[in-house]
Order: sequence, then structure tokens, then C-alpha cells
Amino acid sequence: MNPFTQWVSTDWWIVATAATCAVACALVGCFLLLRKLSMMGDAVSHAVLPGLVVGFLISGSRDPLPMLVGAMVVGLLTAYLTEVVRSSGKVDEGASMGVVFTTLFALGLVLVVRFSDRIDLDPGCVLYGMLEFVPLDTRTVLGVEVPEALLVLGGVLAVNVVVIAVLFKELKLTSFDPALATALGVPARVMHYLLMTLVALTTVASFQAVGSILVVAMLIVPAATAALLTQRLVPMLFTAVGVAVLSAVVGHWGAIAVPRWFGMDSTMTSGMMAVAAGGLLAVAVVFSPTNGVAVRLGRRWLLRLDEAMEDVLATLYRDEEAPNREVRRDPLAAKPMLRWVARMLLHRSGERAGGGLTETGREQARKLLRSHRLWETFLADNANIRVDHVHGSAERLEHITDAPLRSALAKSAAKTDPQGRLIPPEK
Amino acid sequence: MRVGLVVAAVVVLAVCASAGAAQAGGGFSADVMRVIRLEDHNARVVLLGTGLLGAAAGAVGAFALLRRRALMGDALSHATLPGVALAFIVSVAWGHGERSQGFLLLGATVTGVLGVATMHLLERFTRLKEDAAMGIVLSVFYGAGVALLGVAQRMPGGNAAGLEGFIYGKTASMVSSDAVLISAAAAVVTVAVLVFYKEMALLSFDPGYAAARGYPVSALDAVMLGLVVAVTVIGLQAVGLILMIALLIIPAAAARFWTNRLGVMVGLSAVMGAMACVTGAVVSALVEKMPSGATIVLVAAGGFFVSLMFGTARGVVPRFLERRFLGQREARRHLLRAMAELTETAGTDGVARRDLTRARAWRQGELRAAEGQLTGEGLMEIAREGRVRLTAEGRLEALRVVREHRLWELFLVRYADIAPSHVDRDADAIEHLISPAMMAELERLLAAEQPAPAIPPSPHALPAPGGTSTGRVP
Repeated sequence: MNPFTQWVSTDWWIVATAATCAVACALVGCFLLLRKLSMMGDAVSHAVLPGLVVGFLISGSRDPLPMLVGAMVVGLLTAYLTEVVRSSGKVDEGASMGVVFTTLFALGLVLVVRFSDRIDLDPGCVLYGMLEFVPLDTRTVLGVEVPEALLVLGGVLAVNVVVIAVLFKELKLTSFDPALATALGVPARVMHYLLMTLVALTTVASFQAVGSILVVAMLIVPAATAALLTQRLVPMLFTAVGVAVLSAVVGHWGAIAVPRWFGMDSTMTSGMMAVAAGGLLAVAVVFSPTNGVAVRLGRRWLLRLDEAMEDVLATLYRDEEAPNREVRRDPLAAKPMLRWVARMLLHRSGERAGGGLTETGREQARKLLRSHRLWETFLADNANIRVDHVHGSAERLEHITDAPLRSALAKSAAKTDPQGRLIPPEK
Repeated sequence: MRVGLVVAAVVVLAVCASAGAAQAGGGFSADVMRVIRLEDHNARVVLLGTGLLGAAAGAVGAFALLRRRALMGDALSHATLPGVALAFIVSVAWGHGERSQGFLLLGATVTGVLGVATMHLLERFTRLKEDAAMGIVLSVFYGAGVALLGVAQRMPGGNAAGLEGFIYGKTASMVSSDAVLISAAAAVVTVAVLVFYKEMALLSFDPGYAAARGYPVSALDAVMLGLVVAVTVIGLQAVGLILMIALLIIPAAAARFWTNRLGVMVGLSAVMGAMACVTGAVVSALVEKMPSGATIVLVAAGGFFVSLMFGTARGVVPRFLERRFLGQREARRHLLRAMAELTETAGTDGVARRDLTRARAWRQGELRAAEGQLTGEGLMEIAREGRVRLTAEGRLEALRVVREHRLWELFLVRYADIAPSHVDRDADAIEHLISPAMMAELERLLAAEQPAPAIPPSPHALPAPGGTSTGRVP
């Protein structure tokens, strides 16, 4: 069943708002990630509480503008104080951030409680935001009823895009190498605070609309996902945007659908969007074409399989070489599974159905054995390794030896290896 | 360090015991006395519980801070939320309408550990750095927790209200069983810190070396993280999520300003944590409308600020004073030498301030301060308007300074192959740091050409009065 067919316009407005917020966050988040400041979003989103309260106290109403300004100021103050504590106290970044934001948050809580008779402000409500209520508060633009939150977040997104586009070179340089940037005359400090301004603006504007969970998650997770998928900044920015949009869509779908599987009612969309982003990250961790865990494991396994196939060929060649000698120790005897797969694959090319070698197989096996015995000779002659100890090393080296290396090894070698066996010719 | 922990315990007890000696007054002070003398059972429980929690968090936090994992508590405490919500959902689904504290804590522990494990795996198997790994675990787990809470709140038959207590804390309503739990956890943490002290110290300062020495770094890391998990989970319901993070970070960061020794730092951090908790709890009990958790954090933050400013090891003020003191000593020597050298070239009965200013590019204030120092010591006097001269005693001191400078210059010329025209600045930088022993060594080395009491001639041109600097870089 296609869940999207059941969505009404409300759902689309929710997703559109969340996606706008997510994209605005993801863009800024890429630069935070590069500067190892990923926790800044979390710190700012908690620390702005006193700013909200003071803004409320000054204006005496729930008018969003004074609260927004108050929160912005405190958000910037968080970044500034973190820098002050870090540099003046030689405290590491994380610790100074922790000291500053927990203190400001505590201050905010005290203010909320002390002025509770004048403030109707539930910190829980401020922090969670209600994405589900976004479509209720609309404004007509060009004849279309658009949620107000979408307009606000659209504005924030526009600011972020413009600032990043205009100052892209400077932001990039200061993120990767602040010392070089300063030497080249780009003020790294100014760029740092500019980025912090964007973070504060995005955070503050977003969580009144959609809640802080979504903001914190979207500042970090899409950027991290993109970082796993690409090594270049511009593709990283676009990938992060894509991940952000996808998490918004999947998250809203999940909030409705997943609880139903367990026979329960739908749940908070913003939470599910964070979970969806986490899921996308998990996919990237496992399947990233360059760094994915699965890809790396698969590559290693293919390599081992390659070696196993070569080992099988070499065993068969040795049997042909001295059919009457005692049965050789099969290098794959202890790994029946690997041996079986290797044999299955070899039946196509290298091994004849009856058990012997085909012409191609013999060719390959001869080269392998040539490498092996050349290495044994080399190790015994030049590396002073005892003759009964060279086999193991040669067994590993034979798989990574190519024709030029063989000819180099052959220059100083005799016709036979240390055990007196013939070294097969190259051709 | 053991001493430190003992001190921590003693202080907590002393706060309780000394209060018993105080006499009760009337009105507000009666309230104060009642709280401090621990007359009612509730106050006793709360103070003891929070104090021990603060001490345990402080001790563990010190190690986490040095391991550069200060924000670990942040990620971890957020990661407990899905566990709490899940435990609640499961217990409701099984038909236990009411919440069982132990079950919720179990849930919190399980997802907390899961969160830490995820963090570890992300760092181990991807290119992501610590901060990103923490942020990912924090936001995704917390998001899952919020989603689960959303489900829990709409479940029939369950009353999810109050689960937020886990986020914001409820110190005042701490009951005996909580205090018992906290005491047990604090005891476990203390024992673990004592047992693994050496290993954790090594891990905090040089994990690479620890691994090379054959210590099981991953297992030790797990122990350390386990301690953080234990303290966090226990502390969550007492002081709440954000404030728990503060307890893990702030006392440890504050203690760092006072000492460069690990043992002292751990003890001090525990003491500060305990004191912040006890003070905060008392203040919030006495003053109306002061939420306890937040008060505790603000008290701790106050302590941090004092430490940042005045901490003897790295505080801002001591470092500033030290630098200033060093600057003064250097300025004094510079002035003495400039006076001597100007007197040497000009041979006048006084040196014009103008020439002094030119010789060293002094700023007015600097010159005044250095002059004040020398006149205060009776080494210099005003000759007449705008001119100063050395006293007899001052001449002697100046010659000593000049001699040290020139000997060093000679050494550089003779042994370091530096051109005579370039040695002045090098000698200038190093001469303040020469110990008497080194001076004796220099004298011995150069004895052949410069017999002891003589002042060697300068290897380079000296500034002349009247403004024509002869070849000297200003």
C-alpha cells in the first residue's frame, strides 16, 4: 500500500516545512562538521532559554520577535563565551561548551521559575515545538494559504544559501585551514562568528516552529552522512541537502506508519525525522561506496577468495609435478567453505571437470609457483632465513608478485629453489 | 589522590556535622538552621544524596575531561530517553499500569550503553570524529525517545505524565530509596576509581602508550564509560538531564585550574561537585522559587568562574601576574644595561630620557615603570630635567648585567658561529634566563680571554647618545 496516497495537503505542508528547516540546518551543519563543532547546535539550542525568557519579559507578550532577538543574542553569546573560556582557560572545546551552555540553561530555568507568575512559558514546549501544528497557523501568499513557519524558515534558508554562496571560498578555507586563511588575509575569527550567527539564527528560528530535536539532528546527521559519501565540499553540501529532504519525507511517513505496525497511534513527527536521518546515516555507514563497512568487508573477502583460488591451482600443479610423492598439505584444508567456493569458480576456467588443470589454469599455476620458489630462493640467499622457514613468507608473497618483479628476482636465482625443486620458467 | 577522595568524603560529612553545633535563631535564620542542622528527615536525605552524587560525578568527570570526552555525558544522558520511554510502554503493555522506578532505570541504562557503543563504533569504523559521533547519538537517540514518548502519551491505560521528570529533575522530592541508590552508586564509583586509578590515569593522558604497554585500552575505556553511565543514570532523576551534564563537566573543568596533578584534581573535583550540590540544595530550600537542579548548576558555575580567574595552576589572574612580574624583571635589566652602555659611549654625568627611549624603543609608560623600579631600589637618580643617572650601587649592578650580556654574546660569537652584528638580540632574549650556575660555566669557558672581574668590550657597535644609532637595529 502506498502511504503517500493517503496524505492530505496538511501532511505535505508539514513535510515541506520540516524539509525547509532540515535543508537550512544541513547546509550550516556541513561547516560545523568540518570545524569539529557538531555539538554547537545542541549547545546553542539549550543555551537560548534565558534569551527567550528575557525577550518575553521585556515585551510582556508571546510576540515572537523580541523572543527571537533575545534568543539570537544569547545564542551568539554562547559561541562567544565558549571561545573566551577555551582560549583564556586553556579548556578544551567540548568542556568549555559544556560549561557555558549548561550554565545558561540553568539560568534560564531559574528565570522561568522565578517569573512563573508573569510568564506562560513551558520550557518543554519551547524545546519540542509542534511540527504537527504548523499547518494551523497560515498566511495567504499569492492566493495560497501557506503555513507561517514555512515562510519564516524559507527566509532563514534563503539567508543561509546567500551567505554560503557569497562567502563560499572564505568559509571553505577557514574551515579546512584557519592558519593558512589568516596568513592569506581571510579573517578566520570573523568567519567563525559569522557561521555561529547562522547557527544561532537557524536554531532559534527553527525551534519555535518545529522544535529543537529536529534542529539539532539536522545540524549534524545529514552533514555526517554526506561526509561518509563524498570527500569534496560541494558534493557534500548537495548530498547533505538531499539527505535532509529525504529524512523529512521518510520521517513523517514513519511517524504515521511505524506505530501502526504495533497497533498504536501515530507519534511525534520531529522525533521520527531524527530517527529517519539516523537510519540514512546507518545506510551510508554500511554501504558507502568508498568507506562503507560492507564495501570494505566485501573487498577484503574478494581478495581472500582470489588468493584461495590461486592456492587451489598451485596445489593441483604440485600434484601434476610429482604425482607419486606423498599427499601434499592443502593450504585450504582448514577452510572447507572457502575451498569449496574457490573450486566452484575455478570449474569455469582453471580446473578441468575430472580434477586436472586446464591449459589456462596450468599457465597461471606455473607463474604462481615460479613466484613462490623465486621468493624462497631470495629469502634463503639474501635475507638469511633458514631454508625450512621460507615457505610461509613465500606463500604470502606469491599472491602479490607480478612479472617484472619475478624477472628481477630471477636475475640472481639459480635454476632450483633451496629445496632443490625446479623453478618453472616464465613461459 | 586517595587523600583527595578522603578529603571529599570528610568535607561532605563536615558540612553536615558542623551544622549540628549551630544554634537556632528566629524567623529566616530559624529556617536556615533547620535546614543546615538537618532536623527534618527530608532535608537530610536530599543533602546527603545530592552531595554524594556531586562527589561521584566530579571524580568521574575529571577522567572524562582529561580523556577529552567532556560532552560524553551530554550524548549519554540524551540516549537514556528512548530507554525510559520504551520501558514505560512495555510495562503498560504488560498491564502494569503504574511505573516501576527500577524498570525505567533499567531501560535508561540499556539505551545509554547502546548509545555509548554506537558512538564507539562510529569512531572506530567511519571517518567521523568524536564530536560528530556524539552529536549523532545524541540527536538520533533523543529523537527516538521523543517519538516513543509520543506513542506512550497516547497509550490507553498509561499515564505518561511525569516521565519528563527524567529530563528536568526533581531534587526536592528525592526520597530515601533514591538516596540509598545514589549512595550505592557513589560507593561503586569510588571503589572503581581507586582500583583502576593507575590504568585510568594512563588512559587519560596517553592512550597510545597504554596500548603499547599492553593495557586493554578498549576494556578500560568501557570501564570509564560504564562509570559515566552509572553516574548519569542515577543522577538523571535527581537533577535532570542538562544539569547532570553540568555536574560531570563543571567541577572537573574548575579543578583543572588549581592543579597539574591528577590525584589532586580528581579529589578536588569531587569536593567541588559535592559542595556545589550541597550549597545549591540548601539555597533552593531556603529561597522560594529556586529550582534545585538549576541552582546547583549556577553554584557550580560560580565556582568555575572563581577557578577560571584565580586558580593557582592556570587561572587568568595568576598567569597575568606571573607574566607581568617577568616583564618587570626584564625591563629592569634592559634599563640598567641601556644606562650603562649609554654612559660607556657618552661618558656624561647623566643620560637623556630621549636617548633611552631611542635605544630600546621603550614606550613612555614602560620606561617610567622601569625607572620607578630602579629609583625605588636606590640604583638610579634624577640628574636634572629629562636626564637620569645611576647611583654608585646602580653602576655596580648595571655592570654585572652588562657583563652577563657580553659574556653571552661572546659565547655566541665564539661557539655558535653567529656574526657579531647579530648576537645582540639573541643575547637579549636569553640573558634573563641564565642561572648563576650557567654564568659560572660561561666564565670558565671564556676565562682565557676575559679574566673574571673585567667587563668585556661589546662585540658590536653601541647606541650613541644624541640620536645617531650606530649600526644597531632599533
